[in-house]
Amino acid sequence: MAMAIRVFLLSLLFFSLADHSFSLYEDQAGLMDWHQQYIGKVKHAVFHTQKTGKKRVVVSTEENVLASLDLRHGQIFWRRVLGANDAIDGVDIVLGKYVITLSSEGSILRAWSLPDGQMVWESFLQGSKPSKSLLSVPINLTVDKDNVILVFGKGCLHAVSSIDGMVLWKKDFSAESIEVQQIIQPLGNDKIYIVGFVGSSQFDVYQINAKNGELIKHTSAAFPDGFSGEVLSVSSDMLVSLDSTKSILVTINFQNGEISFKKTHISDFVEDHSGIADILPSKLSGVFAVKINTLLVFIRVTAEGVLEVVDKINNAAAVSDALSFSEGQQAFALVEHVDGKVLLTLKYSHDWNNDLLKESVEVGHQRGLVHKVFINNYIRTDRSYGFRALIVMEDHSLLLLQQGATVWSREEGLASIVDVTVSELPVEKAGVSVAKVEQNLFEWLKGHILKLKGTLMLASSEDIAAIQGMRLKSSEKSKMTRDHNGFRKLLIVLTRAGKLYALHTGDGRVVWSLLLPSLRKSGSCEHPTGLSVYQWQVPHHHAMDENPSVLVVGRCGPNSDASAVLSFVDTYTGKELNSLGLVHSVAQIIPLPFTDSTEQRLHLLVDTDKHAHLYPRTSEAIDIFQREFSNIYWYSVEADNGIIRGHVLNRNCIGEVVDEFCFDSRELWSIVFPSESEKIIATVTRKLNEVVHTQAKVVADQDVTYKYISKNLLFVATATPKASGEIGTATPEEASLVVYLIDTVTGRILHRMAHYGSQGPVHAVFSENWVVYHYFNLRAHRYEMSVIEIYDQSRADNKDVWKLVFGKHNLTSPISLFSRPEVIVKSQSYYFTHSVKTIAVTSTAKGITSKQLLIGTIGDQVLALDKRYLDPRRSINPTQAEREEGIIPLTDSLPIIPQSYVTHALKVENLRGIVTVPAKLESTTLAFAYGVDLFLTRMAPSRTYDSLTEDFSYALLLITIVALIAAIFVTWVLSERKELQDKWR
Amino acid sequence: MKRTIIIIIIMCELLLLLSLFISSSLAFQSDELLIEEEDLGSEGGFPDLAHIRSSSPQPPTTPTRKRYSESDQDSKVQFSLEHAFGDSDFSPAGIFNARLKTWNHGAQTLTKLRFSRNDFTEVEKEKFQNLLKGDDFYRIRLPSNVLSSPGREYVISSVKARCLPRESLDEHFVIHMEGVNILAVNYGAPGACPHPRQLKLPAKWSFKSHTVLKNSEQAPRAPVFSEDILGETAEGEVILPPERSFWAKYWMYLIPLGLIVMNAITQAMNMPEEQGGGQAQQPGAAVQRGPTPAVRRR
Repeated sequence: MAMAIRVFLLSLLFFSLADHSFSLYEDQAGLMDWHQQYIGKVKHAVFHTQKTGKKRVVVSTEENVLASLDLRHGQIFWRRVLGANDAIDGVDIVLGKYVITLSSEGSILRAWSLPDGQMVWESFLQGSKPSKSLLSVPINLTVDKDNVILVFGKGCLHAVSSIDGMVLWKKDFSAESIEVQQIIQPLGNDKIYIVGFVGSSQFDVYQINAKNGELIKHTSAAFPDGFSGEVLSVSSDMLVSLDSTKSILVTINFQNGEISFKKTHISDFVEDHSGIADILPSKLSGVFAVKINTLLVFIRVTAEGVLEVVDKINNAAAVSDALSFSEGQQAFALVEHVDGKVLLTLKYSHDWNNDLLKESVEVGHQRGLVHKVFINNYIRTDRSYGFRALIVMEDHSLLLLQQGATVWSREEGLASIVDVTVSELPVEKAGVSVAKVEQNLFEWLKGHILKLKGTLMLASSEDIAAIQGMRLKSSEKSKMTRDHNGFRKLLIVLTRAGKLYALHTGDGRVVWSLLLPSLRKSGSCEHPTGLSVYQWQVPHHHAMDENPSVLVVGRCGPNSDASAVLSFVDTYTGKELNSLGLVHSVAQIIPLPFTDSTEQRLHLLVDTDKHAHLYPRTSEAIDIFQREFSNIYWYSVEADNGIIRGHVLNRNCIGEVVDEFCFDSRELWSIVFPSESEKIIATVTRKLNEVVHTQAKVVADQDVTYKYISKNLLFVATATPKASGEIGTATPEEASLVVYLIDTVTGRILHRMAHYGSQGPVHAVFSENWVVYHYFNLRAHRYEMSVIEIYDQSRADNKDVWKLVFGKHNLTSPISLFSRPEVIVKSQSYYFTHSVKTIAVTSTAKGITSKQLLIGTIGDQVLALDKRYLDPRRSINPTQAEREEGIIPLTDSLPIIPQSYVTHALKVENLRGIVTVPAKLESTTLAFAYGVDLFLTRMAPSRTYDSLTEDFSYALLLITIVALIAAIFVTWVLSERKELQDKWR
Repeated sequence: MKRTIIIIIIMCELLLLLSLFISSSLAFQSDELLIEEEDLGSEGGFPDLAHIRSSSPQPPTTPTRKRYSESDQDSKVQFSLEHAFGDSDFSPAGIFNARLKTWNHGAQTLTKLRFSRNDFTEVEKEKFQNLLKGDDFYRIRLPSNVLSSPGREYVISSVKARCLPRESLDEHFVIHMEGVNILAVNYGAPGACPHPRQLKLPAKWSFKSHTVLKNSEQAPRAPVFSEDILGETAEGEVILPPERSFWAKYWMYLIPLGLIVMNAITQAMNMPEEQGGGQAQQPGAAVQRGPTPAVRRR
């Protein structure tokens, strides 16, 4: 009987844990988590300010986001995220109510409702030949009272109705060998000119009737010098291009079906001209801009086709398109960098000497150069014309400038995070906090009284709102000091623009940001890219007076053989401490488990020639390194080649220059996958800083098994080359997936297992002694998740108590990986309904708390799934003992419990990665998900068993204690009195 | 002198189990010629779990049919083992002989692997001793394809030389195969290699080789339940918990009881001492002491 009750209670406990392991109440949203929405680096912007309603700007970005932003505050009205391979090529507004986007290389045209972003219509434009895609919305071209959108894409010109997206007519150019460059639609005319090149030395013009798409005229002319590719239309019948050497400007006049060329040497404008010129793609009427080295030259084209220089600018600058604002007047914006400030100049395109506007704005030097500028006009209160400019900076941030000030700015660099690491905050110095508390004592008391009212259900609706507001922005969580529980940290993120941000985990604000000078474009470093961030120095002994720092590794160019760049940044101040431009490349970065006396971590950088370079370059580091020299092994994966190799350090490099920090390597082992049947599609290792609490795992009936815990395990998944593409391209018979567990020191294959009829993509996570991976089963037409657990058998004999007592166990003997491993491997597979973008696992400070998998679903949410569901010991009928241990009866698919979405109602658009950071409190872990959006929350996989919850009412506790003491006192007095009376009796 | 070790990949579960009974765990050193028939007396394989599992994913043909079909399609293959001392170049060290079995559906697998190891020459002995002194790596390699050696590239494996010497030089190969391709070879000592590696010269400069061939095994399928099975297990059999020992059942009661008893005993022990000091409490103490003489009387 007692047994039954116990089982019942246990199962009750288990179900209560299983079903609501991470559910929140509605009012808890936003308490421990924050969510930030971004859009990415803006490519196109269209303003919509004519009507008296909401002033907005519609932008499309490099992250394939279409968004409508509030012009007053910069907030997002609505946002649509297109797929990863659905890049937006053009945006425009038609009929004053639809936003038109052309995407997927000119094959998908969509109309979105301007006020709310609902899709109105979508049309797929057929075409056969890949080509430039162009979107053109003529102002007053109508066919049957229907405004027409002209789209060129995939070798075809389409005229599309703006009301319903029907294709009105279509003209196929794929048969001609023309590379179309521009669609020109002169005002008040029913003709369309399609201009382009045939080969590189022939210029063609097609004149087309805009009403029905009939070809009116086709003219062509040869230009023997050849063109370099781009053309720019200067006026309705005049084009400008460069010849193939990029040193001669060619003006092309195609009026009345006759084509004439005119050549002008650039050296006529610029003395001592050397190098090549580029025409800026800004559409200005009558004027164009040429960039020659660092010089920007504005050239006017007269009606006769004569070119004359109007201005030369030596500063870094950006130019907007021309904007017509009143009766035929056109203006454009020129943005320059002068003395660390941004100088915005608005010029008439017909009159160079008069400036419409000249404003100097401070935007902060951590934003770099201006990359793009878009302008918009408005009517001031005094009826004159005012202008506002939207500028895109080098760090991808977006700013609106108006009346010489920054109206708002958006840190869009955070939409493209490359790597994340964590830094502790400064330790709280004594004395500071006390004063603060005293100051706010009254506030504190008031807050607690309010909370008490809330708990006792006495609070009015205003009180409840006040409580909620107080909880959401409690100053406690956004303090700039370390807290006792370790919830407050700095997230150091590196973005694709080469900017480093420090985000506070409490509220997600940017504490500091740094546009890394070493990752900016310079003469020696043409295409710098940031690769990763590492913790370089984490002071423990001198935590009070030394600041931690991070190492940022980048490379000058897209290929792996480009030379590397290192940068060291202080995480408290955000200042670059040091930077190194290296002579060698970087293929792998290995943080070693050794630190020197200043607690700088030793790092090994392996270059493409398999030389290992030690950093920091100090003699102390070399000493530490030499001690462990023979114990350093690493591996390299050649995914294209299908080979995994193991390496060991050999001796110092032999070269012209003696370099004691450079070491040769030698190949120890190799695994060669047969190229016709296996292709590496995923490799995963354990996180280096993961903590495992115990090696022993107690299983049912007081038995114990030992986890095989090795930092040197590598999980590899290979698929047949035929089946490594999209799902559906291979039949189940020709697809198979093989998974491996490899010891990276000796190259031993500890486990090898084939999933026949399955294929990638494989997403995997490795933790402790288990791997969980996700793939597609073609036979079952479903996604599957499998778990592999690996156990050490060499220690299995240590179960005997007497052996432990008499010291006859091998628990303390060192393990050598050169011994033949005695492992057993258990595995199990389950169906899983979702497809997955990424998988991570929770990590806690001591590794005691049970683990949850964090699955980034295709819907851009994060799902928490207990590891207990992926346990190879699950069976259909677990025994009583196994049930008590917490083994769940086996089911064929993994449950998706709606309450266990960590992101609750929110979405992390374009989710790319999930990072988990242990807090100091053992039960709790911080989970940071990033994509276009950022999301951070605090999770407790086994609930917060080691602390009181946030909404715990201390005041109630205090009052209870006071009441109890009072009661004791009263009863004591009463009893005294009674005793006295008894004695008097 | 050549020592030959014969390994057979066992083709089906039946034969495999049989072989496990027959094969002894002792390494079998023999230079006798092999009989060509399907011989189960292969040695060198350890009766370990990994070995059993390694041969499971074989084509679904019955053993009897195999025997008929295979004999005309078998062919012999030979590939060589090469070794290197530290950084030196690779040189031949032995020959693997095997039969290539072609299955009905076209797949090919190796069977009956035999290995003849060359003994060290004097020069090699010296090199090996240098490796032992320097605690350096002894490296071996195999071609990655047994038909067209070396295939795409050689597969390499290494071990610290100090792991090998025992009585003689003990070595253990695990060759991971995929059809006619060798994915990887894992080379090392057959047992443990304790960590502070001692410099120890082998008593005999001869090799004791063990070889295991491994093919990939099939992953467990996701369980598929039909409804009726589920229903049956849900209501049908009542799972009886295994009877547990008295101690396992009642430890939570026994421990406090034990504590109480111990407490009582210590109190009882302390009582006589206190008694000597205080006369007034004699009657009470006498009552407590009552049972003790009674016990003695028995």
